[in-house]
Amino acid sequence: MIEVKNISKSFDGKQVLKDITATFHTGKINLIIGQSGSGKSVLLKSLVGLHKIDKGEIIYDKRPYSTLNFKQKKQIRREIGMVFQGGALFDSATVLENVMFPLEMFTKMSPAEKRDRAEFCIEKVHLENANKKYPSEISGGMQKRVAIARAIALNPKYLFCDEPNSGLDPKTSIIIDNLIKEITTEFNITTIVNTHDMNSVMEIGDNIIYIYQGNKWWEGNKSEIFKTENPELNNFVFASELYKKIKKTI
Amino acid sequence: MKSLFEIGRYFVFLTKVFARPEKGKMYFKRFFEEIYSLGINSLGIVTIISVFMGMVITLQTAYNLENPLIPEYLVGLTTRDSMILEFSSTIVGLILAGKVGSNIASEIGTMQVTEQIDALEIMGVNPASFLVMPKIFAFMFILPFLVIFSIFIGVTGGFIISATTNVISIQDYLYGIHYAFNEYYVTYTLIKSVFFAFIITSVSSYFGYYTKGGALEVGRASTKGVVYSSIFILLFNYILTQLLLT
Ligand SMILES: Nc1ncnc2c1ncn2[C@@H]1O[C@H](COP(=O)(O)OP(=O)(O)OP(=O)(O)O)[C@@H](O)[C@H]1O
Ligand SMILES: [Mg+2]
Repeated sequence: MIEVKNISKSFDGKQVLKDITATFHTGKINLIIGQSGSGKSVLLKSLVGLHKIDKGEIIYDKRPYSTLNFKQKKQIRREIGMVFQGGALFDSATVLENVMFPLEMFTKMSPAEKRDRAEFCIEKVHLENANKKYPSEISGGMQKRVAIARAIALNPKYLFCDEPNSGLDPKTSIIIDNLIKEITTEFNITTIVNTHDMNSVMEIGDNIIYIYQGNKWWEGNKSEIFKTENPELNNFVFASELYKKIKKTI
Repeated sequence: MKSLFEIGRYFVFLTKVFARPEKGKMYFKRFFEEIYSLGINSLGIVTIISVFMGMVITLQTAYNLENPLIPEYLVGLTTRDSMILEFSSTIVGLILAGKVGSNIASEIGTMQVTEQIDALEIMGVNPASFLVMPKIFAFMFILPFLVIFSIFIGVTGGFIISATTNVISIQDYLYGIHYAFNEYYVTYTLIKSVFFAFIITSVSSYFGYYTKGGALEVGRASTKGVVYSSIFILLFNYILTQLLLT
């Protein structure tokens, strides 16, 4: 469980996150939704410590991040897996090498064990015959899947995914969503996913936080989101004609 | 003000780069990869510029030494000493600032804007140290060899001139390149090359590392890396020459 208490973050005087308080649950997919530019990526990066927050506290399973020493912070980093918005695969390394990288850096496994573990993770994301390929030689959806495989290589307790299915077709998106769901429940991970894709909300939204202009505007789950009276959220959810029609039927 | 900030940040960057490695074995592996990609891959361009420089120095010196009282073998000596003192370290350094510097700045810059550096950071790796330290050590290690190689190739270039034209005889040229050899010149040029290697790798890594934005900024970082590496090479060439030769 990750608890976030009153965090704020500004860049050059421009406040991007405004006093956000939230709880992200273990074994569940916690969605952060919101319009492009609302501050989702900044929130995610603040949670993992890539952005230093101006104010507030982030607590990883009873461990308040700001009170930890260097070694303890490093320990938390080891427990984090992250899938970046653009994949962020190392382009000078093959798919297999990318997934093996965290194992090379942080485990004392034998080469065979590392290989086995990496292949297990690659299998988990349903990628076949791509081990020897370089990131530039595989499709965007495959890159995302490799990024997920790399993120779960060290058995993370916390998994962060920044728009894991942006730029993918609906079918591949659903595959990836379900994959994340499967991994989350199977390994009891605290998963936080950024998205602005309503299909994802429908598929995997156990716990949803809606960010509006840097504020936490609404919180709920996927069945509640369609009944909400919140005007900004309604605008966001029912932005497309298709969803407007659906709304009329419910 | 801005340049003061950059200089300060450069030194902060260096303290990050020279932090204790997490896993020595991985750094060692990267060190050898970098020797290959920065050093061995530069052999071609070093060969080409060195042979032409050696040829041109020989030709120019020979044409300028029209005075019959000056012995012809001085042409060989001039070629050798020019290559040793200046061309093989400084000019090769400047050319490699272009090749290696832009390569490093754009590689690290791309890793920055595509969040690969963030990905390393998240895993708990120190990206500055992991990416840059092996480059710096590898190039400081290999550049002196490239310089020695360049000296030989340059002198060979001069030999080609003596063998194919009649501006100087082969005997005089060979006598000249053996005449009054000063070993200290080689020490001096090798010391310079180690400094230049440090400048090229650290300065261009610095500009790559702090790239913000997208492809356009990566291009800019790479230009800056080359320009500032070159300026600092020239500056340190002057300082080291003052310190070591006078
Ligand atoms: N490193 C940074 N420096 C300055 N401003 C930033 C930085 N990162 C983000 N911002 C600003 O913060 C705001 C929120 O950006 P963020 O990337 O979090 O949006 P997002 O919700 O993830 O959008 P998208 O769905 O398009 O990814 C934007 O206005 C952006 O300009
Ligand atoms: Mg984003």
